[in-house]
Amino acid sequence: MSTVEGPPTIGYGPMRRKEDPRFVRGQGRYVDDLKLPGMLHGAVLRSPLAHARIVSIDTTAAAAHPKVKAVVTGKDLEGLGLAWMPTMSADTQAVLATDKVRFQGQEVAFVVAEDRYSARDALELIDVEYEELPAVVDARTALDDGVPVIRDDQEGRTNNNIFDWEAGDAAEADRVFDAADVVVERDMIYPRCHPAPLETCGAVAQMDPVMGQLTLWTTTQAPHAHRTVYALVAGLPEHKIRIIAGDIGGGFGNKVPVYPGYVCAIVGSILTGKPVKWVEDRAENLMSTGFARDYVMRGQICAKDGKITGLRVHVIADHGAFNATAQPTKYPAGFFHIFSGSYDLEAAHCHVTGVYTNKAPGGVAYRCSFRVTEAVYLVERMVDALALELKVDPAQLRLENFIQPEQFPYPSKTGWVYDSGDYEQAMRLAMKMAGYDELRAEQAEKRARGELMGIGISFFTETVGAGPRKDMDILGLAMNDGADLRVHPTGKAVLGISAMSQGQGHETTYAQIVSEELGIPSADIEVVNGDTDRTPYGLGTYGSRSTPVSGAATALVARKVRERARLIAAGMLEAAPDDLEWERGRWFVKGDPEQSKTIQEIAIAAHGAGDLPEGVEGMLEDTCVYNPPNLTFPFGAYICVVDIDPGTARVHVRRFIAVDDCGVRINPMIVDGQIHGGLAEGIGIALMELIAFDEQGNCLGGSFMDYLIPTAIEVPEWELGATVTPSPHHPIGAKGVGESPTVGSPPAIVNAIIDALHESHGVDHIDMPCTPSRVWEAMQGNATPPQ
Amino acid sequence: MQVTVTINGEERSADVEPRTLLVHFIRDDLDLTGTHWGCDTSNCGACVVLVDGEPVKSCTMLAATASGHEISTVEGMADGADLDPVQQGFIECHGLQCGFCTPGMMLAARALLDRNPDPSETEIREAISGQICRCTGYSNIIKAVRWAAEHESTTHSQGV
Repeated sequence: MSTVEGPPTIGYGPMRRKEDPRFVRGQGRYVDDLKLPGMLHGAVLRSPLAHARIVSIDTTAAAAHPKVKAVVTGKDLEGLGLAWMPTMSADTQAVLATDKVRFQGQEVAFVVAEDRYSARDALELIDVEYEELPAVVDARTALDDGVPVIRDDQEGRTNNNIFDWEAGDAAEADRVFDAADVVVERDMIYPRCHPAPLETCGAVAQMDPVMGQLTLWTTTQAPHAHRTVYALVAGLPEHKIRIIAGDIGGGFGNKVPVYPGYVCAIVGSILTGKPVKWVEDRAENLMSTGFARDYVMRGQICAKDGKITGLRVHVIADHGAFNATAQPTKYPAGFFHIFSGSYDLEAAHCHVTGVYTNKAPGGVAYRCSFRVTEAVYLVERMVDALALELKVDPAQLRLENFIQPEQFPYPSKTGWVYDSGDYEQAMRLAMKMAGYDELRAEQAEKRARGELMGIGISFFTETVGAGPRKDMDILGLAMNDGADLRVHPTGKAVLGISAMSQGQGHETTYAQIVSEELGIPSADIEVVNGDTDRTPYGLGTYGSRSTPVSGAATALVARKVRERARLIAAGMLEAAPDDLEWERGRWFVKGDPEQSKTIQEIAIAAHGAGDLPEGVEGMLEDTCVYNPPNLTFPFGAYICVVDIDPGTARVHVRRFIAVDDCGVRINPMIVDGQIHGGLAEGIGIALMELIAFDEQGNCLGGSFMDYLIPTAIEVPEWELGATVTPSPHHPIGAKGVGESPTVGSPPAIVNAIIDALHESHGVDHIDMPCTPSRVWEAMQGNATPPQ
Repeated sequence: MQVTVTINGEERSADVEPRTLLVHFIRDDLDLTGTHWGCDTSNCGACVVLVDGEPVKSCTMLAATASGHEISTVEGMADGADLDPVQQGFIECHGLQCGFCTPGMMLAARALLDRNPDPSETEIREAISGQICRCTGYSNIIKAVRWAAEHESTTHSQGV
């Protein structure tokens, strides 16, 4: 992909984005850009300690500040019944702390003032007395005897266990492992990292006390789900709540949860009668909002006669102080049970133990469908570890163990039914693009000269597009999405969707889906998202679910409109509906193609004077809710080439080859852009990004000076390839793609680093992030884990 | 205190606190919200503007310090309906996704092309290395800047 030429088109294909003209002119509509008459500004006072009892809070001086309009504490919220709110995992989370603080950065008080500087000034005037308690920082010891109980707000709780969850067949796995001739074990950590979208989280709340109407402009990936949560939290009637998301400056999962700051902005507006803006700063974003990963894993893989037969894993999952993970209710470890990957195993089993610690809540997906990232990392590291043990080429080992094309739909050993795949084709394409044999020859030459070059492979299968309502919900809400489509009399159309773009280009892609189905030029189709008053209900955008769910709803609603158009055209052409045939953009009489009506002609007729065929409603519009029968299973083959400086241990990613199969591609330019961005984030996770804590629970990753994000210097020119294996059950054969690159790339990079260091330095595992210091330690044989 | 700047060719003035950061002055007092704010530590570059033609992170400069200087923001890049080649390049090459880093990236690119009309890939990577994009993986930003270099018109070679 270089540039996109040509006029706006009909249907699929690379096309300039419809949203870009406003962005390149600085006319985006982000929440902090909003300025309402009389608007006040809020700021949150946060806990400096990870675990402490609140003895007293004195707000007298802050309230006396001449520009302060309100000061709110947890006690005040208790009086309103708002001190606690539900999380996406049906736990409770403190809006403002009442009894204890449970992580550093937790919300303690909220100040509303005339301007943003004064609100911050007033925070300094609040005096909080704490009684410090020992902090539980290491998830591995959170269940030990004598460890403080973090959630003593929950009646009867005596420990920090949140859940134990299993998938697969433990007994069968034991049998397969007993029969194996080789077993390899690895301890590995997928450390805590953070989505860190460039725009932080924020909201402007406007409560109209006369009409009882709340309008909330906010950074949300799930506007409708948030509306329902506010109705539940605040007891406001849901029809009186309007959520407007506007433009969102990146989300990556970080903007799925409801945060205390949003609720405080609403409370501030109720108390003052004015609109209240709250926008967090970067430290608040990194220290208090939804983190990702934080899985401590022990994996075992086994093989018999060179064939991979079994995989099992035990995980300790650190969920922080409140279980605010966003994932389907039935699956407390998300979709981690996709960990058997792309291989035809005899048995697989996982056991995940979720624990509370004195760290920020979250466990959101950072560009990952509900723990698929952790699962793919586990299996792809384990397969490489087995290849080392068996002394076979890691590409060859994968090729010999893939699920074969004729095995689809493939029932996995942990309960999934993979929809479609041709893994060998993708793998061979990636190897051809990389020049795999030449790379191995180059590596051998370099090794002889003492240079450190590594080639890493990862092959992933994802499960995205949650999900079927029979077994997937969040807070009891079915994970379905709506679409409604109105074709105007003049043949232009407006589509409302419940998915919410954070940069993915929905205004373009969804217009193209409608265009493909109806033949209306994409330029003539307006896509509305992010306004609950103008769009149908649905659960929003995360977990790569937009195209699998909302995209399907869009195609189906367009087909419903097309069928309505057939009936109207039949009346216009004086033919039976069954005698008409569709060609993109028009219905014509079979055998007489000159006798036809375009969709635009039908649109005006649908709204115009004159009778319509009997039983046909006027207008040309419809609505649809899509309940997916299954998830979609995108896959891909990634190859990474690294060079490691023997003197500084700095890892340089020289090449990155990514072959993705996401089924049918609607706008290949946008698909490639998604993959580029996800690969860069994968490099960040593998090499740089870490939310670390010290023993007292102090967050050590609370700024972009400490939480490092790749710049243009650290990433290579991406080399992309594609295969297309349509999803058989999706209306247009598409699968999700936004998260594939972040899921697939970290294991490829780590495998490359180990490949570079194994022969010369005996390194057989290293944990992320592979900073120069950790790689250097690994080269000396004593790498310290990240946590 | 009174701060007066020439912003996108227009003289603007406002009475602000001495501690007011340039980014807040531009956004809150001059109502030019195309300049964004993304971190507290001058790492992300979402707030980059041109001060006397040089890229500056406007969260690191006081409004008072900028008084009397010429500032260019994203809102001044286009000439009416005519986009700057950098803006057009970002559209043509899919150099943006969420759009949040885009104004700062485009201004850094503008400054680069003004002093080096034919930059190499490496030179472009270095020129934007003080800025973070979380969406694009940078490749298409680099292509966008190259596109602009190849489509630079005489009217725009004088700067914004």
